[in-house]
Amino acid sequence: MSFINDAAFEVDREPLIAELYRRLPRHCVLSDVEDLRPYECDGLSAYCELPLAVVLPENEEQVIAVLRTCHRLGVPMVPRGAGTGLSGGALPHAQGVVVSLARMKDILSLDPEQRLAVVQPGVRNLAISEAAAPHGLYYAPDPSSQIACTIGGNVAENSGGVHCLKYGLTVHNVLSVRMILADGTPVALGGTAPESPGLDLLALSIGSEGLLGVVTEVTVNLTPTPPCAQVVMASFDDVNKAGNAVAAIIAAGIIPAGLEMMDKAATAAVEPFVNAGYDLEAAAILLAESDGTEEEVAEEIARIRTVLEENGATSLKVSGNEQERLLYWAGRKAAFPAIGRISPDYYCMDGTIPRKHLGEMLTAINAMEEKYNLRCANVFHAGDGNLHPLIMFDANKPGELERAEAFGAEILERSVQFGGSITGEHGVGAEKIDQMCVQYSEDALDAFRAVKNALDPAGLLNPGKGIPSLHRCAEYGAMHVHKGNVPFPELPRF
Amino acid sequence: MEAVLTRWREIVQAASANRTGLRLRGGGSKDFYGEPATGELFDTRDYRGIVGYEPTELVVTARCGTPLAELEAALAERGQMLAFEPPGFGDATVGGCLAAGLSGPRRAQAGPLRDFVLGTRLMDGRGRIMEFGGQVMKNVAGYDISRLLAGSMGILGLVLEVSFKVLPRPIRETSLRLSLSQEEALTAVTRWRRQPLPVSATAWEGGELTVRLSGAEAAVATAARTLGGTILEDREGERFWRDLREQQLAFFGNGDVPLWRISVPANTGALPIEAADILLEWHGTQRWLRTDMPAREVRLLAREAGGHATLFRGGERADIFEPLPEPVMALHQRLKAQFDPDGIFNPGRLYRDL
Ligand SMILES: Cc1cc2nc3c(=O)[nH]c(=O)nc-3n(C[C@H](O)[C@H](O)[C@H](O)COP(=O)(O)OP(=O)(O)OC[C@H]3O[C@@H](n4cnc5c(N)ncnc54)[C@H](O)[C@@H]3O)c2cc1C
Repeated sequence: MSFINDAAFEVDREPLIAELYRRLPRHCVLSDVEDLRPYECDGLSAYCELPLAVVLPENEEQVIAVLRTCHRLGVPMVPRGAGTGLSGGALPHAQGVVVSLARMKDILSLDPEQRLAVVQPGVRNLAISEAAAPHGLYYAPDPSSQIACTIGGNVAENSGGVHCLKYGLTVHNVLSVRMILADGTPVALGGTAPESPGLDLLALSIGSEGLLGVVTEVTVNLTPTPPCAQVVMASFDDVNKAGNAVAAIIAAGIIPAGLEMMDKAATAAVEPFVNAGYDLEAAAILLAESDGTEEEVAEEIARIRTVLEENGATSLKVSGNEQERLLYWAGRKAAFPAIGRISPDYYCMDGTIPRKHLGEMLTAINAMEEKYNLRCANVFHAGDGNLHPLIMFDANKPGELERAEAFGAEILERSVQFGGSITGEHGVGAEKIDQMCVQYSEDALDAFRAVKNALDPAGLLNPGKGIPSLHRCAEYGAMHVHKGNVPFPELPRF
Repeated sequence: MEAVLTRWREIVQAASANRTGLRLRGGGSKDFYGEPATGELFDTRDYRGIVGYEPTELVVTARCGTPLAELEAALAERGQMLAFEPPGFGDATVGGCLAAGLSGPRRAQAGPLRDFVLGTRLMDGRGRIMEFGGQVMKNVAGYDISRLLAGSMGILGLVLEVSFKVLPRPIRETSLRLSLSQEEALTAVTRWRRQPLPVSATAWEGGELTVRLSGAEAAVATAARTLGGTILEDREGERFWRDLREQQLAFFGNGDVPLWRISVPANTGALPIEAADILLEWHGTQRWLRTDMPAREVRLLAREAGGHATLFRGGERADIFEPLPEPVMALHQRLKAQFDPDGIFNPGRLYRDL
């Protein structure tokens, strides 16, 4: 895969490096090629680029010093957390500096009475819940990468997890951030008191993919741990029936704590790996979780069971204990690595669609498997209509990578046609920059550029990502109209 | 383009060309709120109607001029609701509801209005129409401009359409009342917040804490037993929460004394203040004060508690919202300049210089 960053800069390497060493302790600056190598990509490893330098500030003053320096010298800056992002958001800029927040990993305070934690950006998502656990609290958004990914990265991507249907995304669980603007100005956005005055710049900063500022502190809301949780696992002999069952649960007025779907290809890949007891005959399985007090759960599980039975579930299992519940989820959460085991490479997509089109979408993806001659396993955050088709390919076989990309692009464009979005939680980054031209009108893109201009007029933060330039869409549009859906899968689309 | 929008675009473009202000207004239910409105009256009620509602998608999309009451009635018919319980204060419209960004009692449990905004359609100062977000639960493509518009008091543009996430109405709601001092009530709500209790709203005034429980039958019944107090008749409970939401309780009726909204972090004790009537909501994080105290003192009080104050009704109609730190105000000015370079939309309604 290749990504051509169209944001060009001319930077003198030597004076930049010298200046960074002057501003930061020696051990906080990396500039030798072998030291830069580990930073050449994020979780989307097909895109690689070496930056001029990597800096690892240890406190906010150092972040400010770096940003001021880069701003003065006109140097692109790419913030980075743990590098687990799946859209190339933390992909370095060849003329730029990677600003890693990985060393700012302290939990500054945790207040169980106020139910909040103040943490540095490099704190891992799971570390917050671990610290809160003794108080009977946890941080609700739980991306599958939660062992590794940082809260700073979560804020930048507005990350979600399997429990977001009921408990919300990052944007619903962050109370405030401290963010350093491109020119080094610190701002505090949001607050622990409700309804902060002025425009909701906190909402604007969340999901901004490191294009508007570098987050140096995050105050998160903590949620009381439910005393009880159970999950129902249902099998379906037809993906459309499974999709309809999802809609029926919602229609019955139930908002499950989690509502996930896996197709046959996904369960087949996961089962030998995790032994979760998935029904391998089923065309699709649904996992529906209920949490709360024991009575609440019993009442809700009964209602969920009824709906699933009425909607043609061929078999139903309810987790009998906590171990079993975690096992059912373990399979779902291990879906990506499991696919990694059975295929040399895979490409994870992230479109969202209105729930009612789930079945139709799966049928369309099946047809694309034939068209591109590649296999695809599907895991869905079904409750949110968020798809994660995992396209399997072998980068060493000529043409497969390009076919995988074309396959992915077609899924995303189909998502937009269904009235959905090209990304539900992984972000646009470098990867989906051209599909932005499909989802948004030129005027809307212009408004995004206006936001960028207001916060980073010099355009130095994570340039070339997230929001396509006018020029870029014009080129993509031309190519797109020309080739459209005609099957030339062997030709690269990016 | 619909005829209304063609006409609106002409008005907007003319206003931009002449640099004259437009005062965006739906039902006028929030005329009292914010800095004084200036500019030529622009009535948004010509563009109305629910354009999409699919209960199983949990999404409703309505035009700006749609009466909020009409929208809520449509949702109620399908057993759903706007979980943030926006106050109508009369003939509110959907556009005004979004722009004012106000939430009601259930915010304590469900979260604020902005959490439920999925998408918007906007006309900018050049008359261009654009769509942000959408009708799906999750969409991280592009900046979250829809949420930026929530509570923006209309200063960034003319909101044409809004998509809200909706939720099922709880199966059961029960309200109860306990006799508690302010301190006791604050301690109680802080404790409950830490427990997985189905408390959907709390309000304390004059030695009485009213609590609403919402959820599954069994959970509500158990919680009601745990919390104690007197259970209100369903009808009485409903009326109380509606009157609180619409500020129809006797507390809000008291004539000319300015009404302040103080926002403070959770677990903040009673504010050191004597000369005021007080009503607490949202587990003590929203406090209504009726007081003649000078604005300066009220703001200081809020700030010292780690929060901020809004002059909600009455008093001198100036410096309504908490002043912003300089770099944050600078961002506001830059955003305003980008979206509305000629300064035509609701000039000065949020802050005088915007
Ligand atoms: C196996 C696997 C499973 C995953 N599952 C999920 C899932 O369930 N849900 C989900 O939402 N995502 C998931 N992801 C994607 C990824 O983990 C998330 O996007 C995560 O939030 C990225 O965090 P990070 O610290 O690794 O950020 P990075 O990858 O380092 O950076 C991501 C983006 O954030 C920016 N950024 C990072 N830190 C800051 C900061 N402090 N200030 C400003 N900008 C910053 C970067 O510039 C970049 O644009 C998964 C990834 C993997 C590999």
